[in-house]
Amino acid sequence: MIGTLSLTAIPAKDEALRAPVRAFLDEAQADVPPEVRIRSWMGFDADFSRALAERSWIGLTLPPEYGGGGRSAFARFVVAEELLAAGAPVSAHWIADRQSGPLIVKYGTDAQKEFYLPRICRAEAFFCIGMSEPNAGSDLASVRTRAVRTATGWLLNGSKLWTTNAHRSHFMIALVRTSGTPDDRHKGLSQVIVDLSLPGVTARPIRDIAGDAHFSEVVFDDVELAEDALIGEEGAGWAQVTAELALERSGPERLYSSMVLLDTWLSFLRSRGEGDSRSTALLGKLVANLSVLRAMSLAVAEQLSRGQSPAVEAALVKDLGTAFEQVLPTAIADALGANPNQAVPDSLLRALAYVTQVAPSFSLRGGTREILRGMIARGLELGR
Amino acid sequence: MDDLFTDAIEKLFAQRSMPQQVRAIEDGGSAQSLWREIQESGFADALVPENQGGAGLALADVFGILLACGSHALPVPLAPTMLARAILVQAGQSVPEGPISIAGAAVESKRGLECPQVAFARVSEWVLVRLGETCTLLAIDDATLTPTEVHGSLVGSLCWTLRPTGTACFASTLDLQAAAACLFAAQLAGAMERVFAMTVDYANERTQFGRPIGKFQAVQQQISVMAEQVFAARMAAQIGCDSGTHAPDPLRAAVAKARTSEAVVPVAAIAHAVHGAIGITEEYDLQLYTRRLYEWRTAFGSESYWNQKIGESLLRDRTETVLPFLRERVSARSDTA
Repeated sequence: MIGTLSLTAIPAKDEALRAPVRAFLDEAQADVPPEVRIRSWMGFDADFSRALAERSWIGLTLPPEYGGGGRSAFARFVVAEELLAAGAPVSAHWIADRQSGPLIVKYGTDAQKEFYLPRICRAEAFFCIGMSEPNAGSDLASVRTRAVRTATGWLLNGSKLWTTNAHRSHFMIALVRTSGTPDDRHKGLSQVIVDLSLPGVTARPIRDIAGDAHFSEVVFDDVELAEDALIGEEGAGWAQVTAELALERSGPERLYSSMVLLDTWLSFLRSRGEGDSRSTALLGKLVANLSVLRAMSLAVAEQLSRGQSPAVEAALVKDLGTAFEQVLPTAIADALGANPNQAVPDSLLRALAYVTQVAPSFSLRGGTREILRGMIARGLELGR
Repeated sequence: MDDLFTDAIEKLFAQRSMPQQVRAIEDGGSAQSLWREIQESGFADALVPENQGGAGLALADVFGILLACGSHALPVPLAPTMLARAILVQAGQSVPEGPISIAGAAVESKRGLECPQVAFARVSEWVLVRLGETCTLLAIDDATLTPTEVHGSLVGSLCWTLRPTGTACFASTLDLQAAAACLFAAQLAGAMERVFAMTVDYANERTQFGRPIGKFQAVQQQISVMAEQVFAARMAAQIGCDSGTHAPDPLRAAVAKARTSEAVVPVAAIAHAVHGAIGITEEYDLQLYTRRLYEWRTAFGSESYWNQKIGESLLRDRTETVLPFLRERVSARSDTA
């Protein structure tokens, strides 16, 4: 069975990070309209990421000897939730901070740590995650991109798809086949770090439903990788990816994708003065749900801070969190439309439309709803 | 300390073979011996200060006891009595023996003083009522008790035609409705955990098409949704009970009851869907818990009632955005790390 989640308070020393982050954001985000802020972790701004790095807010959980903060999962939780709630453009450094950095800490050689980690902490190395392929989505073990050993390292061929930020990142940590065939499933998979500036790498951005281009198709055509491109153990790629996904699924980003919309709607309700009871009850429902989700996410952070890998708990909180994020825009749209002749600010409508359009991705990225529920079922030992 | 109490009450319930007790009491059997045993074990005074003869626990410490009241479908008002006794002692009132219910509302009408649909009324001797700025403890013996006659329900409406003599009113600022809602939120979370465990077990035992139904993805997906709701309900109840005194913070209690009540519908529906026809029989225990889930969902306010309160509270709050509101007013107390 899955362990219970216990109500946890953020330790005071981590909570202390909040005030300076907020003060910084109040200034940096003062004039940014809601429809820009709502893009938050799709908002790519290298200068903003470097400004955060200058204040030591990137790589908080990474070891101090490599430029990190040496802090707990709670410290990252505080900074992450403030950034997301404010709708800050965090996309550039987000993946490296959340999972690539910790993955390198866990599986990297000393040389790899010395090379990558300080660059991540300085926001000079942005990462993307090469998992999905044209014919490997939820069925990740069927990846066909292959790295073959050569005299000097590896020769990489294949392609990755739906890779967030591939066209504007420096490195990709890719799940590739290093031996066997797709029929061997989880065996023969490894992770390699690909320098995306190498010859033979082509990243083609794909425009999305909201008019943005945040993800890409990446083609590898005889890309020559050095020996030390391999991260972790050859053949252990599946286990490494599973641990990485636990990090990807457990953070507060699974609750706050729609926060800017909620705040924008709240100020609209207040500006109207006397509220209608339908909207008031919906507001209360969203806040009740969010309060509980935040407490559940903190309980997962607490497990991470004790060095555990709460993969099933993280899947459970993620599925519930993304369901909340998806309900939010449709419910707010209904509440606004319940009074069809009122004037609604265009900026609210633009933020609403953006979330509505990208909301399907919430339960796709980081593992689909169906895959997560399958993980929960296995965690419950169903059909054992 | 709280774990010792929880272990002790779980042991007491286990010895009592609760499902049979629940059926007997719902059928009109006496609850007296069960109540006497609970009272003699000291649980009713868990929230009463030690210097007044109680265990001196806070609401957060008795969370396990409250869950157990729900997960065993306890057919006597231990949770309301625990709270009522602490309130009475704090107000310097004398505390009678016997089980105490709490009434969400009292209405003065031409017939007298009426308390509609009081939870556990059929198995209580007293009811704690708020009357304007004061609270009072009324004897159920002096009232006309009209059971709802909903199958198996212990709920009844009370009417005192004459204002009972000798009952003292005492001033209280406690939000009795929110406090009682919080207790029922914890009982809901406990009952949902029971229903969930039964559902997982059943899915692993019941075989169709040559394999346990828990192997089918369609069933797995439903039970995973149920798991999410049950975990959320438990966390919501923890938020409500996260208090260093005998009473909860009203806003946290609102979140607790709103979210646990919201979880009732999917949790009960999936439990029954997975169990099939056996789940709606008298003989199988599932109904003891799912009937209570639906009853307690609306007791002291359903999710709509509390969502409205939470929404009003946020609209009135001075914080500009949602996160500071829920961090400062709803999240865990910083001294409970």
